Amino acid sequence: MKKLTDMSAELDAGSSEKKLIEIDEVTIRFAGDSGDGMQLTGTRFTTASALLGNDIATLPDYPAEIRAPAGTVPGVSGFQVHFSSHEIHTPGDTPDVLVAMNPAALKANLADLPQQAIIITNSDEYTAENFAKAGYTTNPLEDGSLRNYRVIPIPIGRMTAEALAETDLNDKEKDRSKNMFVLGLVCWLFDRPLEPTIRWIEEKFSGKERIIAANIQALKAGYHYGETAELFPVHFKVRKMQLPPGTYRNITGNEALALGMVAVTEITGLKLFLGSYPITPASDILHELAKYKNYNVRTFQAEDEIAAVAAAIGAAYSGNLGLTTTSGPGFSLKLEAINLAVMTELPLVIANIQRGGPSTGLPTKTEQADLLQAVFGRNGESPLVVLAAKSPADCFYKAIEAFRIATKFMTPVVLLSDGFIANSSEPWRLPSEEEIPHFTVNFRTEAEGFKPYLRDEETLARPWVKPGTPGLEHRIGGLEKQHITGMVSYDPENHETMVKLRAEKIRRVANDIPEIKVEGSGKADTLIIGWGGTYGTITDARNTLADEGIAIDQIHLEYLSPFPKNLKQVLENYKNIFVAELNLGQLAFLIQGKFAIKVKQINKVKGQPFKVGELVDAIRKGLSL
Amino acid sequence: MSETATIEKPVYTKKDFSSGVEVRWCPGCGDYSILAAVQKALPEFEHLRENYAFISGIGCSSRFPYYMNTYGFHTIHGRAPAIATGLKIMRPELSVWVITGDGDGLSIGGNHFIHVLRRNVDINILLFNNEIYGLTKGQYSPTSNLGLKTKSTPYGAIDTPLIPARLAAGAGATFIARSADMLAKHLNETLHKANEHKGTSFVEVLQNCYIFNDGAFDPYLEKSVRDDRVIYLEAGKPMIFGKDKDKGIRLNHKTLTLEAVSLSEVAENEILIHDPYHNNTALHFMLASMGYGGDGLPLALGVIRSLQAPIYNDRLAEQETEVIAKKGKGRLTDLLKSGETWEVK
Ligand code: SF4
Repeated sequence: MKKLTDMSAELDAGSSEKKLIEIDEVTIRFAGDSGDGMQLTGTRFTTASALLGNDIATLPDYPAEIRAPAGTVPGVSGFQVHFSSHEIHTPGDTPDVLVAMNPAALKANLADLPQQAIIITNSDEYTAENFAKAGYTTNPLEDGSLRNYRVIPIPIGRMTAEALAETDLNDKEKDRSKNMFVLGLVCWLFDRPLEPTIRWIEEKFSGKERIIAANIQALKAGYHYGETAELFPVHFKVRKMQLPPGTYRNITGNEALALGMVAVTEITGLKLFLGSYPITPASDILHELAKYKNYNVRTFQAEDEIAAVAAAIGAAYSGNLGLTTTSGPGFSLKLEAINLAVMTELPLVIANIQRGGPSTGLPTKTEQADLLQAVFGRNGESPLVVLAAKSPADCFYKAIEAFRIATKFMTPVVLLSDGFIANSSEPWRLPSEEEIPHFTVNFRTEAEGFKPYLRDEETLARPWVKPGTPGLEHRIGGLEKQHITGMVSYDPENHETMVKLRAEKIRRVANDIPEIKVEGSGKADTLIIGWGGTYGTITDARNTLADEGIAIDQIHLEYLSPFPKNLKQVLENYKNIFVAELNLGQLAFLIQGKFAIKVKQINKVKGQPFKVGELVDAIRKGLSL
Repeated sequence: MSETATIEKPVYTKKDFSSGVEVRWCPGCGDYSILAAVQKALPEFEHLRENYAFISGIGCSSRFPYYMNTYGFHTIHGRAPAIATGLKIMRPELSVWVITGDGDGLSIGGNHFIHVLRRNVDINILLFNNEIYGLTKGQYSPTSNLGLKTKSTPYGAIDTPLIPARLAAGAGATFIARSADMLAKHLNETLHKANEHKGTSFVEVLQNCYIFNDGAFDPYLEKSVRDDRVIYLEAGKPMIFGKDKDKGIRLNHKTLTLEAVSLSEVAENEILIHDPYHNNTALHFMLASMGYGGDGLPLALGVIRSLQAPIYNDRLAEQETEVIAKKGKGRLTDLLKSGETWEVK
């Protein structure tokens, strides 16, 4: 596989005419002050690459403060994009190219770069004042500390200002266009067309002709600068990959989750109610769904997390689709109300976009440490269903699955996503109508023989009744219910019956979900288990090991409560079992507790996803290879 | 539901609204009379029985839905207004009643209380104020009088109580009324007005907790003093009270405070005329505060405030109509294709 960092010879060759060289994959990280617009540059570059037909995975990384002090390391925001001519699953372990808009951005990211990586940096910002802010005592461009990299200092601010000299933009506006200059330059470097970006600029700033003109001018200036300046003797091309035919779009996990929820309204014919309270990194789902007023969607920004879930319970009680979205600390606040939905057996979906904890923790960073909270975090014996999405696009399907199970079994379902898949993106082939899962929802309307807790024999679900249905007036609540009648009951025998029935109902969900499929040959001695957003990385690690002649099998748990029926049987086939997760071993705890087997743990809690290399190393070490 | 408009309402009696479940409040509890008043009033309203939903929180008062033969949801502590909000947003045709208490509604649920009021969700909130925690066996509540000795305040409560109606005024409530468990007729009239009001109707019902705070409202409501210690506010009528209708409420223009005056000393045209319909928050706030803190004024009963204002669901419907008019009814296939897409052949 041809990578950029193997291209030293080509990059060193002097040539008057710039050759286009083909490589297989590239990882670029755009980094700058939060105000530098690097998220935007990254997203636009991603779109340009997606439209070209590359496979893509992205990873935005931004500080918790919207505008941490400019020029400082904590203020650096980044966006990494990995694009290739073959299937990829991760945003890339190490960037081949770093675009650093100031010394702080260089400092914050340097440790992640491999030798020979290209560093494009804005030399305008290399001032004594900025060195001090970034914590440099000498100029890194001059002190030799970057000798192992290919550093390309460009006075980006000045070049942009020059390109816009003829416009009537003020200095500040000119300065704000420098991310377009960078985008143009990088588009040239990797042979991406500018048209998609130009179209986007025209749409985005529609009506503001001077801004449109200036942005396009800056973009083109960057592109031509790459073409003419003596910086790069060559430029690169990454061919499109062979994808199954269809219509594609690039999608983040949060967007996919929102679209999945809209799909549920079409599948069921019911209205969706989202009760939510702003919290990173879940707010984008609220933003998305709030736009869809012309769909069967109502969004409600509540006064707090508890009201958000409570209102969603009210919506579920009303006979509609009750959804609440949140992240760790907000999830903690909702747990009591979720338990009300457990007791009253109402269909409720709670999407928890996990972030680093405990407490406020790392709001903008990813982690998978809410698993046990989701499975156990309520008073009493409180079983419910827990699902986890494994990739950005999978959030679409898991949203549908969450409501399918919730309405079929009359239970709350927790859908776990995480900051990584929520914000990162991948190309998604749009499903055709037939490819979207279908299911029906039933309401009880027949008064004859109605009992609020008379259960379906197969699923043990109780009937769902819309208030307003004549003859079915009844009361529900958080007090223990008498079996069948649903009357309040403090009877000891009845309580035990009900506790067991609620547990059995959730166990029976296992009859209704797919069995685990082993990936790999299915014959290896070693199994690696993951769940949630680590799927791509674990898959790449397995493939990397396979290339080295080490065969391991992989399973990825999408259902965490209950587990798929055949999990025990699958586990029995392996001598070594690894559980890789971004916490200190929560799935490992569940598996060991349930199946009394010993697993080897691979854990990381740095607010960052696994890197493929880390997993490969950990498995090798665990197998003493 | 459109079909409800066409179904003719059966003639209900009080009995139709009783679930038949044995009522478990303490003998002598004021909740019994409130239950009776509600069961009597509901058949008089326009709604079909199946369209009533009673949503409660936690506390003695919150057991209420179990006794009603309507849809009922006994939820969790303090959250009934939020649950009712979700229900009403999705099902505007239902007549939604929140049953709460002073602890449930104003302490643990205080946040939801103010927000449901400011949103003007078209529901009715009956807050049974007994100035005590009854179900947990007698701790002081956010409305308990300063100095009240309870199990958790053996030396007397030291925090200033809330005045529920005043809090509601501060939160922008469009309908604020006060009545009492023992005033069957007045309570009935108040319930009627609450039902008629479009928007959140907040009704504080003074309720005697016979076991833990017996006689808390005697200083106002005990028969021998009542006429001199309460004033029944009536829209368009002068604020006159007293056994002999010889006292009135006047605004002191210099201090901007209300004062009780004797009609023998003050001309009747100086007495305030009650106007609950005019958005005069300051005056409504003052009326809600009367009788507290030893001001010597009578406690106001009746509808303090009743404003016509847009309700949440109407604004929502309006916005939805607008967006649909502009963008057309959304289809999933179009939505999936929105944004930048590309074809792979
Ligand atoms: S404790 Fe008080 S409020 Fe509760 S039921 Fe008994 S008398 Fe009524």
